[in-house]
Formats: sequence, structure tokens, C-alpha cells
Amino acid sequence: MTRSSDLAIRTRGLRKVFSGKVAVRNLTLDVPRGEVFGFLGPNGAGKSTSVKMLLGLAFPTSGEAEILGRPAGDVKARSKVGFLPEHFRFYDWLTPAELLKLHGRLYGMSQGLLRERIPSLLDLVGLTPHRDKRLQEFSKGMLQRIGLAQALLNNPELIFLDEPTSGLDPFGRRMVRDIIKAQRDRGATVVLNSHLLGEVEITCDRVAFIKDGEVVETRTLDIEAAEQNTVLIRACNVTAEMVKGLAQWTSSARYDGGRLAFSLSSNAVLPEVVRYLASAGADIYEVAPQRLSLEERFLQIVGSDRGM
Amino acid sequence: MGIWIMAAVTFREAARKKMLWMALAAGCAFLILFGTGLHFQAKDFARHGMSPILRREISFTMLTMALYAVDLLAVLMTILTSVDTLSGEIASGTIQAVATKPVPRWQVLMGKWVGFVGMLTAYIAIMVGGVNAVTYFMANVTARHLLSGFLLIWMESVVLLSVTFAFAAYFSTLTSGILALGLHGLAFIGGWIEQLGAITQTPRAVTVGVIASMVMPSEALWRRAAFEMQSPLANAMRVSPFSTLSVPSMPMVFYAALYMTIALAIAVRRFSQRDL
Repeated sequence: MTRSSDLAIRTRGLRKVFSGKVAVRNLTLDVPRGEVFGFLGPNGAGKSTSVKMLLGLAFPTSGEAEILGRPAGDVKARSKVGFLPEHFRFYDWLTPAELLKLHGRLYGMSQGLLRERIPSLLDLVGLTPHRDKRLQEFSKGMLQRIGLAQALLNNPELIFLDEPTSGLDPFGRRMVRDIIKAQRDRGATVVLNSHLLGEVEITCDRVAFIKDGEVVETRTLDIEAAEQNTVLIRACNVTAEMVKGLAQWTSSARYDGGRLAFSLSSNAVLPEVVRYLASAGADIYEVAPQRLSLEERFLQIVGSDRGM
Repeated sequence: MGIWIMAAVTFREAARKKMLWMALAAGCAFLILFGTGLHFQAKDFARHGMSPILRREISFTMLTMALYAVDLLAVLMTILTSVDTLSGEIASGTIQAVATKPVPRWQVLMGKWVGFVGMLTAYIAIMVGGVNAVTYFMANVTARHLLSGFLLIWMESVVLLSVTFAFAAYFSTLTSGILALGLHGLAFIGGWIEQLGAITQTPRAVTVGVIASMVMPSEALWRRAAFEMQSPLANAMRVSPFSTLSVPSMPMVFYAALYMTIALAIAVRRFSQRDL
């Protein structure tokens, strides 16, 4: 069992009602520290409200929420949190460096530290050439970049990114992916709210599908730990005995036209299966675990008639 | 610490958006206009050989009228500049990046309040000081109790600022502006009803005026300020159009201070407890 202190986020029965309308019904969630976690769900599923409650921007109607072992909204916990809001609205009469300085001071960072940190962050998000422009002259993508820099200012332990790539070109998206990877590598937890399922699939370790304000399913995207996958192997010289021999791992093996298909309860046993086939004399050309794509699973859960 | 950071940001925003400079430019234009009027008035005094006492009283009346205009400008400046700072940032979502920083919400609100108080103090000091400087140099007249008058106008502005903040913590920018101006309008009408009631010796009309001042004490502060600043003769003879017939008492001034504190406390409480 995961201890509370090992969790970046812990919620139990979190509920939010706005003027009689239930926005979040019953959110129970554990996100371990160091994980890149995706929040998926259709419009109005309660993703942004959930994030707002975790950040202390909205107050729960009932239930519990903790971030980094402290109650959600706690001022001390917020010093270790970074947040890129969905609409990334900032004081647009400031320059990017001034905005970062303001937010750094609100984090309680020293002038000396900010002098070091601001140029490197502007460089990281590719805004150094625009450092003297005011934000009112910025495009949507540039605002998203400065918002991202702002979210990383304090080297946060927990980072909430709400639609971090919605205004970005492919270079910008790559940049965000690299930044998220770098944050995970230094041990930070990243919570990603995104409509771009492809991005989520590449970036996240685990996702939660939210529907009507409840977690319907959490799903790991780590291929090694993935559960109930179909595997397709392109191979020659596969005999009926070999197929029978697969019974120790699977009951659904079929060999037809150079393709061997079976399902496994876990991908962790796949290398063992491949070793067995090779040692029995099969010529293996390709091993392809057939994971249900996030989009397919998303549509299964929320229904294909609903938009995101 | 958060208070001073937010106060500085508020000041800087007003400067960057040219609000501060435009207010000062409009203020200078007002002072030039007033000075020009007073200049021609002074020339006519000399031509008609008017008695020094009458000259002095006319100059005092002009000074009070100019201060009345300054007071109205201060009221409008207070409401118009501050009404969007909370509700606008809440509506646009700008507040989200600030409110998720490790700074309690009350400090965010108080920082903005302190920033506006600083700006309005400077504005009122420049305008009240400017008007008095003009009358001093052109007619050798200044307000009777300049500091008390300045402080009362300043307090009127701070009361309105706190009320505007309280409304803005609940409502949209437009609604808050309408409510704050409407409440001041109520006090304004109440003040005149009280004056006319005093002239016509109608105690019930005076009571209506006093109740209006309890609902919103801003106008009462101006009438007390006018009493403090205008000529002793005008006060004694009760001939000025400003305030001398029914002077708001010192307890009313203390009531206004309490009113302001409560309005600010409501603003802080609501802003700290509401969803952003």
C-alpha cells in the first residue's frame, strides 16, 4: 500500500456542486510522486474543476484532497507547486522577464536566484529574442510558452499543466514533451490535462478517464506493465506443438498465414514467450504488442457520440 | 510580503496603462482652467474696487467649488480605476496564476487595496494641494483647515474604494460599478435632502438625510470636509451651498471609518472563500 507521504496527490470522495449542478461527483485518486499523470475526459467531465480544487482555486463541497501530503490549497504546499492555467491569462502589460520576476517574488525567491533562473527559463521556452516585448504583443503560442516558464520557475515538486500544447506548433509540442520528460527525470510529478490523446499517450505514465465527475478507469501506459494485451508475432516454422506449448502463458493462441496471435495477461511475460518460440525453432520477424489505443479506449468509455 | 508585491504591481499597472498619467494630465487641465477663471475674477475685483472682505469671500467660494469638483473627480477616479481589478481578473482568469502562488488570498486583495490607496492619496493630495496653491497665489486664500479637509476627502475615497472592493468580490465589474456609484448617488441625494430639510426646518427630511449617510457615509465626509475648509464667515452665516446648515458630526466620521473597515473585511472574507 502506498503511504500518504509517497503520494503527490490524494483525493477521497471529492465532490463539487455549482448552484445545484454536480461538476465533480466523487473523485478518488492517488498519484504517486514522480509520475506523469494524464487527466482525460470529455468537456464538462470535471477535469479543470478537479485541478482547481487541488490548487485551492475552488473549494470542494465535500471530500478530502491532499497535495504533497498537505491539504489542497495549503499555502506551504503551493510553494512547491507549478501551474499553467488553461487560458494562460497573465498581466499583459508586463514583459516576459518582468512576469517571471513578479511570480518569482510571489514564490518568495531571492533577487539573485531570479537573476539566474529567468534567463535560463526564457531560453528553455525559446522566448529570449522576445524578452523585451510586452505580453500583449504575444501570440497564443508565445503566451503558452511564458506560462510554461512561469510554471517551472520554482523547480516545483508538482506541476499542473492544463492543455499545455493547445496553442503550439509541432516544435513547441516537442519542446513541451522534452520539458515534461526533464521534469520527470528530476523527480517532479506532472499532471497533464490535455485533449490531445496522442500527446498524452507519448508523455504520460498513467491516465485517469473521468466521466461525469468520477474516475471511470485508470490505465497505465507503460508497455511493460500493460495488462490484457493482444500480441501479434510474424513468424515462420511455427508448429502445432509450439502453439500447444504456449498454453502455459495463454489459452488463445492461433497461428494462421505466418501470423501468430494470442493475448497475455501481462506484457511482462512476453520476452519469455519469445525466447520459448525461438528456442523451439520458430523464425521470428516481428513481435508487436497490440495495445488498445487511448483514443479507442476513450471512445469506449465516454461514448463516440460525445465531443471532447 | 505579498501585500507589498501586489501593491507595487497595482501601482505599476496604473502607470503602464497610462491611467496615472492621464489622471494627472486631466488634473493639470482642471487646475489650469480653475487658475484662468480665478485670474479673470481677480482682475474684475480690482476694476470694480470691491471690498477686501467680499473679495475674500468670493475667492473662498471659488475655492470650495473647486474642491467640490476635486471631490467628485476623486469619487469617480476611485470607482472607475478600482472596479475592474478584482472582478475583471476573476472573470478573465488572470487571478489564477497569482492565487496559486504561496501567498494567502487576503494578502493579494490587501496588496491591491494598498496600491490603490497609495495612488488615490497622491492624486487627492496633488489636486487639493494644487487648488489651494492656485487660490493662494492668485487671491491669497487657502482652505481654513487644509489638512482636516484633505483627510476627510481622502477618507471618502478610501470608503468608496473599500465598498467597490466588497462589491467586486461578489459581482461582475459592471454590476459592482453600478452598485458603488448608485450607493454614492444615494448618499449624494440624501445629503441634499438633509440640507434642504435644515433650511426649511423639516426634521423628518433631515432624518432621511442622516439615514442615507448611515447607508453610505461618503457624501457626509465631503460635507464635513467642506465645513472644515470653507471660510469661517460662510460657516457662521450659513450662506454657502456646501454643508454648513447640517454639519455631519465627528461620530459620523468615526462611523465612516468603521463602515470602511467592515466593507474591507467583507471584501477579504468573500475573496478568500470564493471559487476563482
